[in-house]
Amino acid sequence: MVVDGIGASVKRKEDLRFLSGRGNYVDDMNRPGQAYGHFLRSDVPHGKLNKVDISAALKKPGVIAIYTGDDFAAVGGVPCGWQIHSKDGSPMVEPRHPVLAAGKVRHVGDPIALVVAETKQQAKDAAEAIILDIESLPAVANLTAALAPNAALVHDEAKGNICFDWHIGDKAAVEAGFAKAHKIVRLDLTNNRLVPNAMEPRAAIGDYDVSSGEYTLYTTSQNPHVIRLLMGAFVLGIPEHKLRVVAPDVGGGFGSKIFHYAEEAALTWAAAKVKRPIKWTADRTEAFITDAHGRDHISVAELALDAEGHFLALKVDTQANMGAYLSTFAPSVPTYLSATLLAGVYKTAAIYAEVKAVFTNTVPVDAYRGAGRPEATFLLERIVDVAAREMNMDRVEIRKKNFIPKDAFPYQTPIALQYDSGDYLATFDGALKAADYAGFEARRKAAAAKGKLRGIGISTYVEACGIAPSAVAGALGARAGLYEVANIRVHPTGSVTVFTGAHSHGQGHETTFAQLVSEQLGVPHDMIDIVHGDTGKVPFGMGTYGSRSLSVGGSAMVKAMDKIIDKGKKIAAHLMEADVHDIEFKDGKFSVVGTDKAKSFGEIALTAYVPHNYPIEELEPGLEETAFYDPKNFTYPGGCHICEVEIDPDTGVTQVINFTAVDDVGRVINPMIVEGQVQGGVAQGIGQALLEHAIYDESGQLLSGSMMDYTMPRADNIPNIFVGTETTLCTHNPLGSKGVGEVGAIGSPPAVINAVVDALRDYGVRHVDMPATAAKIWSLIDANQPKMAAE
Amino acid sequence: MYDFTYAKPANIADAVKTLAADAEAKALAGGMTFIPVLKQRLNKPSTVVDLSALGLNYIKLEGGKLIVGAMTPHGTVAASPEVKKALPALAELAGNIGDRQVRYRGTIGGSLANNDPSACYPAAVLALGATIKTNTRTIAADDYFQGMFTTALNPDEIITEVHFPLPEKAAYAKFANPASRYAMVGVFVAKFASGVRVAITGAGQNGVFRHAAFEAALSKSFTPDALNGITTPVDEMNADIHGSAPYRAHLVGVMAKRAVAAAG
Ligand SMILES: Cc1cc2nc3c(=O)[nH]c(=O)nc-3n(C[C@H](O)[C@H](O)[C@H](O)COP(=O)(O)OP(=O)(O)OC[C@H]3O[C@@H](n4cnc5c(N)ncnc54)[C@H](O)[C@@H]3O)c2cc1C
Repeated sequence: MVVDGIGASVKRKEDLRFLSGRGNYVDDMNRPGQAYGHFLRSDVPHGKLNKVDISAALKKPGVIAIYTGDDFAAVGGVPCGWQIHSKDGSPMVEPRHPVLAAGKVRHVGDPIALVVAETKQQAKDAAEAIILDIESLPAVANLTAALAPNAALVHDEAKGNICFDWHIGDKAAVEAGFAKAHKIVRLDLTNNRLVPNAMEPRAAIGDYDVSSGEYTLYTTSQNPHVIRLLMGAFVLGIPEHKLRVVAPDVGGGFGSKIFHYAEEAALTWAAAKVKRPIKWTADRTEAFITDAHGRDHISVAELALDAEGHFLALKVDTQANMGAYLSTFAPSVPTYLSATLLAGVYKTAAIYAEVKAVFTNTVPVDAYRGAGRPEATFLLERIVDVAAREMNMDRVEIRKKNFIPKDAFPYQTPIALQYDSGDYLATFDGALKAADYAGFEARRKAAAAKGKLRGIGISTYVEACGIAPSAVAGALGARAGLYEVANIRVHPTGSVTVFTGAHSHGQGHETTFAQLVSEQLGVPHDMIDIVHGDTGKVPFGMGTYGSRSLSVGGSAMVKAMDKIIDKGKKIAAHLMEADVHDIEFKDGKFSVVGTDKAKSFGEIALTAYVPHNYPIEELEPGLEETAFYDPKNFTYPGGCHICEVEIDPDTGVTQVINFTAVDDVGRVINPMIVEGQVQGGVAQGIGQALLEHAIYDESGQLLSGSMMDYTMPRADNIPNIFVGTETTLCTHNPLGSKGVGEVGAIGSPPAVINAVVDALRDYGVRHVDMPATAAKIWSLIDANQPKMAAE
Repeated sequence: MYDFTYAKPANIADAVKTLAADAEAKALAGGMTFIPVLKQRLNKPSTVVDLSALGLNYIKLEGGKLIVGAMTPHGTVAASPEVKKALPALAELAGNIGDRQVRYRGTIGGSLANNDPSACYPAAVLALGATIKTNTRTIAADDYFQGMFTTALNPDEIITEVHFPLPEKAAYAKFANPASRYAMVGVFVAKFASGVRVAITGAGQNGVFRHAAFEAALSKSFTPDALNGITTPVDEMNADIHGSAPYRAHLVGVMAKRAVAAAG
């Protein structure tokens, strides 16, 4: 029997190395003969780059070379991996994103020059000697400024700063719904801009082997094969067999390390020029002004309801900030990853959404934990709460009334997606019970007696992850496939190495994936190694994001192991002189059904590699299989989050007192890791809801550009988080798993804000945009104080 | 950071000499402020004079005063049985500065020399009417703080000790900046037989300041309610992405009441 297979809370195999300081991150790596790179960056938000004079800098001690935008004129620009078409059928405006700024600088942090020197300090010294002639231009630092008439243009070819003007859904059906509505509820919302702030800043080493002509890029990436494809094929023109990308231990990504960044291309290219490895490690300031930011949407939502509170139609108009250039997956975030989720867990009959993507003089914006789905969920769960209040309905009742019932699956939403499975009432009831929703009024009274305003908020959500199948993703604009790859190598003595295209940067794959193998092949954990993050070892893969690693990557492993078992059966049949159909594989043993004849997994592996007594005519020796798994559909985790807060009316400070998450993530492989993923996601969601905000001033300077001003959530901001699961299985992948990486960050922000608004219900507050900082809450309380006194 | 010469003098006279010899020489205490500034290349000292070997890390009670050596780290002040007994409000304040690492390195002398407008110690020093001893003189708190990052210190002057008179009652109430956790508004109240002194840090445009209206009211009645209806001028308040001037002015009142309540 497998004791640490599927369903066991196996302790994370990787933690010993992480917790004892033995992780191997890019900055821990040093190549022989390594030089150091430093990027001189623009501190001007928008400007004409008249001249970059490097003559004095070149003479500085230790300088090996200095490159500027001109040097990269002949290579490709940093590509975008997703193409959206506007309403009128025209492709999105896709301006060239030069590796180093050419002609113009477009945001603070835009790289202008790469200085390569013997030491990091020498590179910095030389960068200070570069003389820049930048003619400052008016900047558009936010959506409103960029869309204003006669606004300055970030790219001349993007008129009105519009990248695309897209829509989805049935406009006529929505209008019909509105025409017969009993009530139309409108809500204007802002989804605040966030800085990802992975603990490990980005780092890279470009390396070039003069004798073989091979390039190697060591980089902090969630998907080394994608980087190889984008950088090799689109930017530098290096064929795959001459380019290896290694992403070793990576200290958190949250989406920000999916994308191909200009620094990677610049360092790889320059390494071949100077014929030495070049290392660069971002400092925290660089991380703030160069890692792709998240969110930054402004939306107007309108929900039409009938007299009983059924949702008839939903109309959404969104402006999405793309930043100064299109980052790798940016166009997909507000469109196919967000607007398509606007049905949520509800039977809303008609939905229509419009999205304008807009260029601004800010850091590019792209996927950040949840990517589009938190934006959709926030919008929906806020407007449902407002609708309940304005219809004089209970927040629980209005949700129950509109849930997609569990017997309606597979459920086709009016907005493209088909949900395969779910039971929203089960997670809802589970959460209400776990949170003691029924007992809340007593807790509110007790808090009031202490002078605190207590509120409770609910959010019910569904999300879509493991984007697939590739053909559909392609039709929606993806410029890559979205399958996953596993190569299972069984060694002669029966130990196993799994080569996976997924990448672990905190998710615990080395443990979870080993559990899958242990379960299916009956091999103990210490005989299984998971290898990821190296295009030189792993056949191929699309990496880790969108909660896809288990549902897509794990499924590929299952398929590859199926092939291993099939082959093993043939070998076993030969050895035991039985018919292959009579061979059964269970608990690590191949046995002949109905007899006591059996061969262990190890014996079969040895036979495969020492094929003395072997069906060599029909079967190749060896025991190694590869599977490419392309899913049939997305997976649809869902659930219910309930948040309870207390507000101190004297200071406006909101403290989260209780947080309950009951999620349906499909089959759970490791409950402890699932709990950790949900807790981490909820912590980020509380951060977005109450604390985090990337604020640009009008001129385009990032005001919250350091930890002194950007409020990360800390331990004392986060309560104990109750995590429960209610499971329905994914119907179309072999594991039945749906994904858990993002649910916490998707479900939680509206639960927090719904609780805050509930706490402020006596102050006539209808909506609070994120982050609900103490200052913001206090000013709402202050503004409504006279009315309270008068009442 | 840029290259510099490192000096670690063994006595105050040598330290002063090294600092005086070169206009670009600078003192280093715990380095919690100075080192990040160096790393960001915002300062280019010729010589960095490390004060850690001057023997200035001590706490003693003498002549009815609490004396804290300039190089005493916050964590030491927070944990000191003498401070906890004689001036618990100061131990409490020190124990809430920054995080464990900052409290282990950061010093009272460094904090006062830097006079960050959001720092905590200046509120205690001003409210308690402490005196700052340097290698050449003694400076009263009321003369020492001269606006944000500005003090009465001369360029080569080294803080050696801080002398705190012992109040009847005292407390510090801090509303932490949500990001940096420095004081967005910090109020230190100290009740002496001669009257009450109140100092506010974090909130004002010119750094730490005394609140005359609060002092007058609390000298009459040392109760939170004594502050009812007394406002703080909004136009003297700081404003930034974390809070408007009216918010800070309001918090000054809230934190002052909490400090009085905590002082008992
Ligand atoms: C993350 C973080 C959080 C913090 N939070 C808080 C907080 O909540 N509240 C708070 O009050 N502070 C806070 N601080 C500041 C910290 O507590 C220190 O007080 C401060 O950094 C200065 O002390 P230092 O000993 O590190 O001085 P240094 O950084 O070494 O020096 C600072 C300046 O003072 C000069 N100097 C130092 N000692 C002397 C001396 N004896 N005589 C003359 N000049 C001298 C130096 O030349 C330098 O210019 C925080 C700091 C950090 C990094």
